[in-house]
Amino acid sequence: MISERTVNIFLFALLPVTVLAAWLLDEPFIITLATKAAILALAGVGLNIALGLGGLVSFGHAAFFGLGGYAMGILASHAQSYAPLMEVPFLIEGTKSMPVIWLVALVTSALAALAIGALSLRTSGVYFIMVTLAFGQMLYYFAISWPAYGGEDGLSIYVRNGFPGLNTLDPVQFFLIAFAVLTVGIFLAWRLARSAFGLALSAARQNAERVETVGLGPYRIRLVAFVISGAMTGLAGALFADLNRFVSPTMFSWHLSGELIVFCILGGVGRLYGPVAGAMLYVLLEHVLGGLSAYWHIYLGLLLLLVVLFARGGLIGLLSGREVAHE
Amino acid sequence: MSDLLDIRNLKKSFGALKATDDVSLTLRAGEIHALIGPNGAGKSTLIKQIAGGLRSDAGSVHFAGRDVTPLSTVARARAGLGRTFQISSLAMEYTVLQNVLLGALGQDGGVMRFFRPIMARNDLRDRAMTALTRVGLESHAAKRTADLSHGQRRQLEVAVALTLSPKVFLMDEPMAGLGASGSQRMTGFLDGLRSEAPILLVEHDMDAVFALADRISVLVYGRVIATGTADEIKADPAVREAYLGEEEEA
Amino acid sequence: MSTILLIEQVLNGLQSGIMLFLMAAGLTLIFGVMGLINLAHGSLYMVGAFAAAAVAAATGSFVLALVAALVAAAAAGAIIELVVIRRLYDRDHLDQVLATFALILIFSEGTRWVFGSFPLYLDVPAALSGPVTLPGGILYPAYRLLIIAVGLVIAAGLFALIAKTRIGIQIRAGEADREMIAALGVDISKLYTMVFALGAALAGLAGALVGAIQSVQVGMGEPVLILAFVVIVIGGIGSIKGALVGALLVGLTDTLGSVLLPIFFASFMDQSSATAVGSALATMSIYILMAGVLLFKPTGLFGKA
Repeated sequence: MISERTVNIFLFALLPVTVLAAWLLDEPFIITLATKAAILALAGVGLNIALGLGGLVSFGHAAFFGLGGYAMGILASHAQSYAPLMEVPFLIEGTKSMPVIWLVALVTSALAALAIGALSLRTSGVYFIMVTLAFGQMLYYFAISWPAYGGEDGLSIYVRNGFPGLNTLDPVQFFLIAFAVLTVGIFLAWRLARSAFGLALSAARQNAERVETVGLGPYRIRLVAFVISGAMTGLAGALFADLNRFVSPTMFSWHLSGELIVFCILGGVGRLYGPVAGAMLYVLLEHVLGGLSAYWHIYLGLLLLLVVLFARGGLIGLLSGREVAHE
Repeated sequence: MSDLLDIRNLKKSFGALKATDDVSLTLRAGEIHALIGPNGAGKSTLIKQIAGGLRSDAGSVHFAGRDVTPLSTVARARAGLGRTFQISSLAMEYTVLQNVLLGALGQDGGVMRFFRPIMARNDLRDRAMTALTRVGLESHAAKRTADLSHGQRRQLEVAVALTLSPKVFLMDEPMAGLGASGSQRMTGFLDGLRSEAPILLVEHDMDAVFALADRISVLVYGRVIATGTADEIKADPAVREAYLGEEEEA
Repeated sequence: MSTILLIEQVLNGLQSGIMLFLMAAGLTLIFGVMGLINLAHGSLYMVGAFAAAAVAAATGSFVLALVAALVAAAAAGAIIELVVIRRLYDRDHLDQVLATFALILIFSEGTRWVFGSFPLYLDVPAALSGPVTLPGGILYPAYRLLIIAVGLVIAAGLFALIAKTRIGIQIRAGEADREMIAALGVDISKLYTMVFALGAALAGLAGALVGAIQSVQVGMGEPVLILAFVVIVIGGIGSIKGALVGALLVGLTDTLGSVLLPIFFASFMDQSSATAVGSALATMSIYILMAGVLLFKPTGLFGKA
């Protein structure tokens, strides 16, 4: 069997290698797919901080993904129409600059995660799942019924937002941006897992009473983890919206929350590269199976069922021959 | 103020069952106060009421001159109550070292550090390794906690409590599962520990209790029926009848 | 706003609440007895509605359609319990969520495959299609009144089942302690299948009853499922009484909120923005209700601490 480290290096290199090949073969659609996989992987890496490390089964992470998307959509639509977002009490204008949009997406989704987490973390177990699901759905319905930004139809952005010094309209350059952000995300998640905070967070998942007994409050630790996790998923949402140049309430849908969890599980729970493997597999399945059958979700469902029932280590577990994730 | 821990009239009922019924006891600096009693006497309930995690129906817990009754488990731990569990309560996926590091981190309080690897914190590692060495687990530092024997888990429990440098130890059956030589070693260790911080010791191993305890309280059906030195307790007729079971055995 | 309109809306709220109860009761029972969170409960609601629509189209009988809904949903429930769900009782919630999420994908796409993407229609029986006059001269659709009545009867039956019957005793014992129930000599796996099928049948019935008011389509169970979760969070997991109170609260809040909030905002805003703000807030009202309950009673109104 291959070591998990080798599998990780392989997974990490797979995306840029695919893009390089697609660029040589002049297949821009493949580059778009790889970009999509990178962005979804980032969302999954974010979720995995709460889910894998903290054991917090959030079924509402689409809330943050959607907020990131709308942060992009709202800012860019105002820039596009030259109408300021707000004039009183101070002027806020729209923007087409990715770094600014990212910052807004991070802050917005972090704040939302703070509010949702503060309430949801008062509960645990199955309550937590239902509560996060419900809050995600609340934002979904709100996005549908709030008419100012397209309501159910969503918002289209005509030209992709800009990044200083790069041409974001070029698929390869946009891929590189997304991949760079993913790399930073993975790096931060890796450091986090090994930090003092990571030690306490993972301990709180294994045994909350133990953490309390050494004088650390699990609630606060989990809330901070939830905020970091939500912010990273929110950033992915902003990138996803930029990839499609479109945002709509479906970014808030609970199916998306479910799919984000699926990425983490397909790849392998609690593994740093789990969501990366899961997101790539998902995009691949969507493309291949989706091309074969309009009902490809049946096959996805069956696959997921098999993984949950019989292959708990996920893809990385199968490749590296180890069921249990190790530090 | 020599009573570091002063428990006054604690009560807790579960339905019709009075798990603890008007329990008062004290723990003085430098002593080991053992709490004995038959199974189901309410010892573990009492420990939970003292450590937090179980709200009392009535009564109060004073610690180092301060009423800690309204405080959470976390706040009581920070105030200096170092608890070990009857059924080991450890992070099972972690290595032995990681479990002790968690204790050291709790004592340090710097949990909101997200970037620097915990293994690079030499101060915490030293503290953790010192505690492991004191209980004799230093050679198992890299072992997975789930792979430890029962007795080793008890030792690890004690090591985690040591990293906290508590003002008081609450130990719930630290000898359970240790075996004869392990018990002897732990007895010797606890004997020396009392000068660092007094120990409220719940224990079934009577040899250890009589060897260690400065005072013994006997809990039966949630009530303290006697408190005194080992000799006084051995001679107490109520204790003999209710707990030591001399009558029946004779 | 007239009193008549208000009473009508209260009745609508009751009607949607009582249907939510049928969903939530099954979910909460399954959680209480087996400790399982079942996301695919909405799929069983959908199965009931589709079975009813198909049978109604073939036979023209609404009663047969309802019977078909009950049977189909119960059978689907029993099958997934036997094949998938029972492997999940000892798993953690994450595995349960994922496996039942997978079931949703299979059910939804499978239904789309068989019935197509276009909604089906299930007609209200002719005898019930008109309004009835209530005291005070209020005209209200007979069918909706019937739904309320049916729901209340089922709620009463469910309470009686749990309080009085042998299976109810087993269910309560199972909630308290799995070992105890095994010691009573009850065949646990049979009991679990039965409880699951019962919950499924309730969901299927709700799907068929509501299907006659709304359209029958793929995905129809999902919004109801999430509302049922909100109900359970408010009422407290495992409590049938909590499910009833929670369902009525959610049904009434949702219905009245969407009517009253725009009117409230119109009292100090212009009409179009009042409608916009009011209806946007109305969609959030039940979640705000849930947040309020979480603040004061994190385990729900009737949940065990």
